[in-house]
Amino acid sequence: MQPPSDHRRPRRRRVAPAIAVVVGLLLGLVAWAGVPASAAAPAEGDITFTGTMRNAGEPVPGVEITVTTPDGEEFTGTSDDSGRIQIQVPRVDGEYTVAIDEDTLPDDVGLREGQEAEEKVTPSSLGSVPITFMIGESTRQVQTKWDRVPQLLYQGLLFGIIMAMAALGLSMIFGTTGLTNFSHGELVTFGALIAFLFNSTFGWPFAAAAVVAVVLGGLFGWAQDAGLWRPLRRRGTGLIATMIVSIGLMFFLRNLFQYFTEGRTQNYREYVTPSGYDFLGVTVTTRDLVMAGVSVIAITVVTLALSRTRLGRATRAVADNPALASSTGINVNRVISLVWIVGTALASLAGVFLGFSLGVTFQMGQLVLLLLFAAVTVGGLGSVWGALVGALIIGVLIEMSTLVIPSDLKNAGALMLLIIILLVRPQGLLGRKERVG
Amino acid sequence: MEILQGAFHDAISPFALSYVLAAIGLNIHFGYTGLLNFGQAGFVAVGAYAMAVGIASFDIPFVLALLLGILAAVILALILGIPTLKLRGDYLAIVTLAAAEVLRLIFSTSFKDYFHARDGVSGFTATFRSLNPYPDTMTSFATFSRNDLWVMTVGWILVALVCVYLWLLMRSPWGRVLRSIREDEEAVRSLGKNVYWYKMQALILGGVIGAFGGFIGALGLASVQPDSFNADFTFIAFTMLILGGAARILGPVVGAVLFWGALSAIGSLLVQLASGDNPIIPPSMMSTDQASNVRFMVVGLVLMLLMIYRPQGLFGDRKEIALDAR
Amino acid sequence: MPAESDMTATPSRAAAALADVPREPGAPKPDPIVIADNITRTFGGLRAVSVDHLEIQRGVITALIGPNGAGKTTFFNLLTGFDEPDTGDWSFNGTSLNKVAPHKVARMGMVRTFQLTKVLSKLTVLENMRLGATGQRGEGFLAAPFRALWSGQESANTTRARELLARFKLDAKESDFAGSLSGGQRKLLEMARALMVSPELVMLDEPMAGVNPALKQSLLGHVKSLREDGMTVLFVEHDMDMVRDISDWVVVMAQGKVIAEGPPDSIMSDQRVIDAYLGAHHDTDITQLEDVLEAEGHQALEEDGDNRE
Repeated sequence: MQPPSDHRRPRRRRVAPAIAVVVGLLLGLVAWAGVPASAAAPAEGDITFTGTMRNAGEPVPGVEITVTTPDGEEFTGTSDDSGRIQIQVPRVDGEYTVAIDEDTLPDDVGLREGQEAEEKVTPSSLGSVPITFMIGESTRQVQTKWDRVPQLLYQGLLFGIIMAMAALGLSMIFGTTGLTNFSHGELVTFGALIAFLFNSTFGWPFAAAAVVAVVLGGLFGWAQDAGLWRPLRRRGTGLIATMIVSIGLMFFLRNLFQYFTEGRTQNYREYVTPSGYDFLGVTVTTRDLVMAGVSVIAITVVTLALSRTRLGRATRAVADNPALASSTGINVNRVISLVWIVGTALASLAGVFLGFSLGVTFQMGQLVLLLLFAAVTVGGLGSVWGALVGALIIGVLIEMSTLVIPSDLKNAGALMLLIIILLVRPQGLLGRKERVG
Repeated sequence: MEILQGAFHDAISPFALSYVLAAIGLNIHFGYTGLLNFGQAGFVAVGAYAMAVGIASFDIPFVLALLLGILAAVILALILGIPTLKLRGDYLAIVTLAAAEVLRLIFSTSFKDYFHARDGVSGFTATFRSLNPYPDTMTSFATFSRNDLWVMTVGWILVALVCVYLWLLMRSPWGRVLRSIREDEEAVRSLGKNVYWYKMQALILGGVIGAFGGFIGALGLASVQPDSFNADFTFIAFTMLILGGAARILGPVVGAVLFWGALSAIGSLLVQLASGDNPIIPPSMMSTDQASNVRFMVVGLVLMLLMIYRPQGLFGDRKEIALDAR
Repeated sequence: MPAESDMTATPSRAAAALADVPREPGAPKPDPIVIADNITRTFGGLRAVSVDHLEIQRGVITALIGPNGAGKTTFFNLLTGFDEPDTGDWSFNGTSLNKVAPHKVARMGMVRTFQLTKVLSKLTVLENMRLGATGQRGEGFLAAPFRALWSGQESANTTRARELLARFKLDAKESDFAGSLSGGQRKLLEMARALMVSPELVMLDEPMAGVNPALKQSLLGHVKSLREDGMTVLFVEHDMDMVRDISDWVVVMAQGKVIAEGPPDSIMSDQRVIDAYLGAHHDTDITQLEDVLEAEGHQALEEDGDNRE
């Protein structure tokens, strides 16, 4: 315990830039929210919902789509020979529901992974609203169960490797600070929202938007540590209390995100429906391969840095025993700050990628958080390799489980695995031997 | 004035009651025993569903349905407790959170003949309503319907009974063992107490009280829907508990009433500010949905600030509360 | 312990019972209360405890000493069920304790204290004591709400608690929170609370660590009086004055093994013991053995504090 006078001054100095960063980020979000809002003019007349139903470039005729107005009136349209569909509805304030009738799709065509059969839309002042159902080769009825295994394995690994980045961040933060961070899921959302903001709203190229998301993510992590977690550590706030603080932060951030997105689920401007090619019975897309590649590189760089560089070894020393590390001249706060930066940057990158499969929505974090906990616990709390292996296992399990259980229960399967693992091997699959950092 | 009236209405409504009971259950877990149960929503849900489905689908008598709900909570506590109560506290937290989410997913997607997915279960209140002693002529009292009034009467009597019972329990040697476990379970073990079994008893008791909350909430709404039992339910109950003061008999009651009252007041205030001819907050900045987000942002902030500056709650004594982590 | 009254040994009688015991590791005792065989415990490849055979004589005070990291506290944890060994079997009063839960071990009459005292600081001193009593009806869930069912027993326990507190000179503090006590008082309270369990064997983990010299004498007296009351005492200690003063028998551990046993005087001059301590401290002169032992005590306490986070 240091005397209060010793740390009061530096704290205040550090908080100021931290706050500035947060405010800056918030202003960015406000700007984004403000774009459609400022354009909102009281419009009258009709709205036209238009879209083209295509499967791998080929038009799909005869698809029925129903638009339900906020008043509950229903309007149905059918796609023509060129796949085009137009539905005119009266303009009413509020949220419209657009639903696709899956029975009207040809047998070999289905909704894409992550595409719900129903979407909620709040129209802008413009007269038309795009219909964006993503359809493609059906992964459901036509194939037998076992034919689907390679595809599911591929999807599972892809999902797993992306989640592994977020899991690694969660695990590193737990390893060095002991904090079970319930707001980690919101950091994933943060990445996706920033990427969307720059890509779709500001019109930047996706790659640039992704880089901005990662950089701002890291900055957000640094600001969080400097403005919140470090002062809490100084105060000697207990781990359980700190964990509950992270729950409060989660609550705050999620509602903040919902405030700015107004609860909508949106998509990036680019690479939303990439064309795939067949590879050993698996539909592969360049986008997915690039995402997997970038994830692997990011994970490799971080794990190598942890084991090879001086700073990485310092991180592991802090994870093992902060007091001892501090007495050997390691600047513990700097190390923890770095862990927060890297951890949140990784989470942001994961969020950027997950935005494709989950859609960009404030609910991403809520969905991902439990899966991350599952991954980290299954692999072994606080272990780097555990987090990676756990994330891959959870990813594959989630996809594979749809072979036997309904797909809307697939996340439940992962959570059940978590409970079972704790029953038989509480230290996780890889134990605690190789602690993070 | 209207704001205050609305706040009072919300603070004592059947809806608030289900949170009061859930928070009392959490108080036993977290406040007295130090167990981090983040799946209280699951206990509330199994209570509500067992009772509702029992009556709606199987037509069992009301009392039996209540017993079924209690049994469901006991079984859930055993399933969650057996693997985790021997492990570190954060494992219980993650497992309970996961289990509550699994339950919610099952309720909202599976066995649709019984659980009716997102439409929810209804048609189970006939017996309870037929017991309503308030005269038929009385259609409403103050801002409450005759039915609400009956649910509230039963609910608040239940809360009072539970509180008296807990007061008796917590001043007994049994309560002393719980408080000691919260502080240092190794010490309690070294004195010959079966810590594992005490934690299990606490988990069951708090879970059953959570199930009571499920009963009251279900009877008040006349319907049971899966999404009302998401993780936010538990976190809100936690906020109430900490607001009122953990490890105090009346802490969760005071906390829940204050919480709903304040939430309702902030809500109507925001709506008032954003409505009218010349709103103080322009509508472009805040729609009705967004107002609700702002309210819950405040909840998050309050939880953080309380935990940092007043972990003992608004009225508690810092010395008595053991929130320091081990 | 009326059954053990014939074992109530004066220091000389206790020492006499051990007179013919060979001074070698694992020596058999005439009336052992604890017998341990082939106990091993490894932590990540490091063998922390590896005890082939050890017997603890009933009714005497046995000290367990050894350099830092010798595995003394781990051995304590293993014996009392707070940790599980990889191999081995051990018995208390002839009953095997392998895989027996710690609370059952305590109920059988084998009660321990901790190196870092574990008083419940948010309970009063008196409540700490009451918690120690076993067989309380009021600790049952069903009986707890009905005061009439347990108030009689509670007041009997309170009387006994007050007697013990008076003996340990803590009676003036009975309504204070235990958290307000000094380090030495906490040690006293923990020992008094252990006695509430009515143990046959009291296991004290560094009873003198962090206790100021003024209190040390009275603590010493209390430990001796336990023997007088027919209890067996096993304690881990670094304070060599205390070891010499009150122990009838000393067991020395190093690198997880028992390397020597014998009466205190012969142990202090045993070459194996000196070598063991020297192995841990190359830069130490033989004559400074006792200083080393005391320094170890402080160091162990500090390191323990770090490890517990």
